[in-house]
Amino acid sequence: MKKSLILAAGSAGAMAVPAGAATITVTIPRLQVAEYNRPYVAVWVEPTDGSKPRTLAVWYDVDKTGHEPGTKWLADLRTWWRKGGRSLAMPADGVSGATRAPGAYRIPVPANLKAGSYTLYVEAAREEGGREFVSVPLQVPAKDARASGSRELGSITISAR
Amino acid sequence: MLKKTLLLAASALAAASAPASAHNLWLLPSITVLSNTGQTVTVDAGASTHAFEPNHAAVGSEQVRVREPDGTQGSVTNAAKLANRAVFDVAIDKEGTWRIGMTREGISGRFKVNGEDWMVGGRRGPPPGAASGAPPRGGAQGPRPGEGGREGGPGGPGAPAGPGGPGGRMRIDPAHMVASVADIPAGATDLDLTESASTNEFFVTAGNPTPASFTPTGKGLEFVPETMPTDLVAGEAARFRFLVDGKPAAGLKVEVIPGPARFFEAADTQTLTTDANGVLTVTWTKPGFYWLNTEYADSKPSDSHAQKRKLGYTATLEVVAP
Repeated sequence: MKKSLILAAGSAGAMAVPAGAATITVTIPRLQVAEYNRPYVAVWVEPTDGSKPRTLAVWYDVDKTGHEPGTKWLADLRTWWRKGGRSLAMPADGVSGATRAPGAYRIPVPANLKAGSYTLYVEAAREEGGREFVSVPLQVPAKDARASGSRELGSITISAR
Repeated sequence: MLKKTLLLAASALAAASAPASAHNLWLLPSITVLSNTGQTVTVDAGASTHAFEPNHAAVGSEQVRVREPDGTQGSVTNAAKLANRAVFDVAIDKEGTWRIGMTREGISGRFKVNGEDWMVGGRRGPPPGAASGAPPRGGAQGPRPGEGGREGGPGGPGAPAGPGGPGGRMRIDPAHMVASVADIPAGATDLDLTESASTNEFFVTAGNPTPASFTPTGKGLEFVPETMPTDLVAGEAARFRFLVDGKPAAGLKVEVIPGPARFFEAADTQTLTTDANGVLTVTWTKPGFYWLNTEYADSKPSDSHAQKRKLGYTATLEVVAP
């Protein structure tokens, strides 16, 4: 409980969003289900010219080790996995982190992301739950944009500042 | 008709590559994309009219070959032959793309000695006439395993009748059936032999796929994917190249069938043709497992005893939802 509080409180701060930088906000909805496990979530951007995607965040069960480590289920984020997740060594510095409780989380648009046209993707997969995949057009320099998931993900917003 | 019957009777290969009217061999893995090593894929193997429907015969794993991403040969564990399907495990302990399946090769057909019909490559099952409907020897224990690598229960209910079965099929004296071309008596005439090679496989990728797993050998019918076969998504097009003896197999007809059949309509089957470069383009209509099958025939056998060549290729492919 204490740990999740720290994570929830610290997640945005830990990313050290510089003043004036564009941010992405990913909302994990609270679900009324008998068995709730926090979702695995991947956030990545793909240039619209089809060049290489870049993962901004991946939240998974970092602490689980042993016979079935937390990394076993990363492929359940199947689109992210195919688009480059599988070539990312875990844990990935500044990218991977623990699963998040329901709430809104801010992720900075990387300052070194070149100006251009991108698509932002957010994919969530939950044990005993579903999977959802949401995309939003992303411009750099950023313009406001938003989209919403229907179950596994809440609103996804891009804020210019 | 006669020839088809003979081929079916003569060759275990027939089950692997025959058209939908026969019993088709299929392999069905539990999963094809893995995050990491240290996991195990469990595989079902059977032969039935429609792929992935365990309702006819188990296919033993004795002939299964595991090709690890680095080309070394792996192994199968926990093999068991159940009534309607066999099962086995493959421990995935290396990153990359694994090819798991079986290749069946043989020469079969007929010839004459002193004007009498002889057969080569026949299965050593029960004698002709004892095939259809007769209770298998051994009673309740059922068919004896391991005979000639056949996957069907010899003579079991519903099994294809052997030579001498009903329907005006050609009868050949068991004394006139030899196992291999080496046993063909001197003085044989009218040789009508077909060399067959047929591969049936599926793919598992742990971590990143390895295109090098598909480096062609230049021999026989080969599958050389441009789209990695563990990266298939419904609604997206995939491109696979087919080669015969290293050259593009242009105009090759390929069936792409989602399964199990009882959850699909006949219209869901796609019959496609490779282009001039031997490339097949498939757009997957829905997520699920697909059974891809093609056959190729020519008169360029590698063995000098044979006059004809028949090559088959079958793959089980997993297609995910977008």
